[in-house]
Amino acid sequence: MADLTPEQREFQEYARRWLEENKPGPPPERLPITAIEVMTVGQRDYLQAWQKKVYEAGFIGCDYPKAYGGGGHEGFQRIANQELSRAGVPFMLNVIGLNMAAPTILVHGTEEQKQRFIPGCLSAEEIWCQGFSEPGAGSDMANQQTMAVRDGDDWIVNGHKVWTSLGHFAQWMILITRTSRDHKYDGLTYFLAPVDNEPGVTIRPLVKLTGESGFNEVLFENARLSDAYRLDDIGKGWTVAMTTLTYERGAAEGAGGGGSGEGSKSKGGQDTSAIGKLIDLSRNSFRDGKPLSDDPVTRDAIVEQAIIRAGLKQNARRAAVGPLTDHPMRLPLQQKVVSTEFAQDTARLGVDIAGAKSTLYKLDEAAPDEGHWPLAYMNSYGHTIAAGASEIQRNILGERVLGLPKSK
Amino acid sequence: MSESKNTTAMPKDFGFGEGEELLRDMARKLLRDEIPIERLRQLVAPDPDKTYTRGERPDWDEALWKQCIELGWTGLAVPEELGGVGLSLVGIAGLVEEVGRAAFPSPLLSTLAASFVLTEAGTPEANTLLERIAAGASVSLAITDETGSWEAATCEVEHSASTEGGSTLSGRAYYVQDAFKADAFLVLSKGSDGHRLSIVESGQAGLEIAQDHIHDLTRDQATLSFGEVVVEASAEVSLNAAAVVSRAWSAILVIVSADLVGTSEWQLQTTTEYARTRKQFDRPIGFFQAVKHPLSNGMVKVDRARSLVYHAACCVDHGSVDACEAARMAKSAASDAGRFLSDRSVQLHGGIGFTWECDVHIYFKRSMHNQSLYGDGFYQRSKLAERMIGPIGV
Repeated sequence: MADLTPEQREFQEYARRWLEENKPGPPPERLPITAIEVMTVGQRDYLQAWQKKVYEAGFIGCDYPKAYGGGGHEGFQRIANQELSRAGVPFMLNVIGLNMAAPTILVHGTEEQKQRFIPGCLSAEEIWCQGFSEPGAGSDMANQQTMAVRDGDDWIVNGHKVWTSLGHFAQWMILITRTSRDHKYDGLTYFLAPVDNEPGVTIRPLVKLTGESGFNEVLFENARLSDAYRLDDIGKGWTVAMTTLTYERGAAEGAGGGGSGEGSKSKGGQDTSAIGKLIDLSRNSFRDGKPLSDDPVTRDAIVEQAIIRAGLKQNARRAAVGPLTDHPMRLPLQQKVVSTEFAQDTARLGVDIAGAKSTLYKLDEAAPDEGHWPLAYMNSYGHTIAAGASEIQRNILGERVLGLPKSK
Repeated sequence: MSESKNTTAMPKDFGFGEGEELLRDMARKLLRDEIPIERLRQLVAPDPDKTYTRGERPDWDEALWKQCIELGWTGLAVPEELGGVGLSLVGIAGLVEEVGRAAFPSPLLSTLAASFVLTEAGTPEANTLLERIAAGASVSLAITDETGSWEAATCEVEHSASTEGGSTLSGRAYYVQDAFKADAFLVLSKGSDGHRLSIVESGQAGLEIAQDHIHDLTRDQATLSFGEVVVEASAEVSLNAAAVVSRAWSAILVIVSADLVGTSEWQLQTTTEYARTRKQFDRPIGFFQAVKHPLSNGMVKVDRARSLVYHAACCVDHGSVDACEAARMAKSAASDAGRFLSDRSVQLHGGIGFTWECDVHIYFKRSMHNQSLYGDGFYQRSKLAERMIGPIGV
């Protein structure tokens, strides 16, 4: 951190002090690993209040213009993110508003839209969800079937959106619709759509493979939408969506999001990271009377994950060192697939180590780590599939970085 | 390198600045101009119609190596006050990556390894040899037993101390790298007074250098037999030598890992280029995800290794307590990247990839040699587990 300006250093000190003094008390109920898994009103209220407090203290939207509720600074957000992460405080609830809607509106919105929407994204006063995925538009995102048909100053929307995280708490949705069947990509238009108790909009929970609800489906049946909520031009929806996805990758790595709950090695010498938890689990898991921490195969598997984690950290460091990167997108484009598969493999290893005890659901008293490993493993597929499945990520790496011919 | 600093003071850019970049780019250009793949093939694997005769030592470009000496390459790790360049390990790693990318046959890696050990020894005798290295001498470590143990304490050469401070060496040292290119050897031996490091000249009486028949065409390797080799006091580099070798180990692991990163990147780029141009079913094979995805995976592996190499080098440069752990992680990641990309480079080249005339075999074998050298991924991870989880059965 030798390259901070005096103002940035002062801000960093302020952030450290504030976070130490204002670290929130324990949540009323156990929090999930990420914001998109927040399900209960109790969790929502706790996290919404926390984000508002952090925003008011000046650690969210630091680099946004003051006119849109930001701090009007430069290079402050990165520092705030680092300090939030270091402090191990709860994550930000309004991830889609903060990391997807706000930056997209800043690029493509009218002056009125920027003033109207960005402050609520930052403060979590208005919760946002994302309406990109459809039953027939997953990896092939341009295959949108939700139709928006012009009707005077309004649009009439019909369609079906799925995997809508936070939809049950959201007031607003970033929505891609089809406004022309003549062009696949140029027939798309992007809206900022009200979804809370709107006539013609139905939000229903979808049940995940774990049996828990975690996201939603949203049905639009002749829902009326004002043209004032259109973002950028008619037919420019694909371009706007690409802006959103550029920022989504940042969201995946917790940018602007605060602590991931991952823990770290530095706190009081206790390794609270996934690797530290795996090592503890191996000490308390037995086969034929011997702890798995003595089993060479298990040891090798744990260390392999530790190396992948160290690699992610050093990749992030090297990505900023020009002479040690051959292609500007080579490291950033790896981040999503590597980090989500790391989380998946680590959780799966926890299941393997827990052995017979991995059969136990979190409601069972005997489940190790409160049933964390099998649930984390099953939930990890949400991350390896969402926001560009791992297979799509590998296409992108091969095509954009290595210059291989496109697979579509 | 022995400078002790706090870990938190480590530079964000690993300490890879303009000087390091300049040197790396010069090395890249020199090797690309002087030993392009056609030239390398001509040297080490000349005739595709003639079956390679085992026992023949592959050729190398000694004149080019002389040029490298002129540029100061032997003295990279030698402190400035001893006539060397005194380059950071981060800078050395950058240059060695280029050496790996070119699969350049030379005694650079062995001489760097010896320099790290000599620097850790720090005695006047060690400094004298470091001065010779800076002036162009090649030196190789002779520290390994027949089983290929990388623990310094297991060496097989024995010494009996003379009254004048010298010693007499007998026994064998195995897996000695670039032995036929070395001017002298740094020999680890054990005796009643513990472990010693001694300098033995390549032509010294009683030393026999027997060539190992190895797969890698870009280096040579030998077994050294010491039949009552007399070492003068002035050639005794260090007592307590096992500890000296251990202290140099992190730097040694970093450079062999950097070489692996270089060969792996060559394999990635060369196989990618083939996948872009080779057509089957009327299209470049890189169109198919069965080809594309392994290449993306290979990129992920080589980048992980590369980042960990520079991190480990930076830790060594700053005397961090994490240096040993970081170096073993780097070697594990680099060995695994090398293994994966070697495998895919042959497989994805198809039938031609299985032949002598396709260049991938040269890199495949250099990489395979480096993967095992100083411990492969499994070995590094078992050592890391001792640190991170603790010894087994305690």
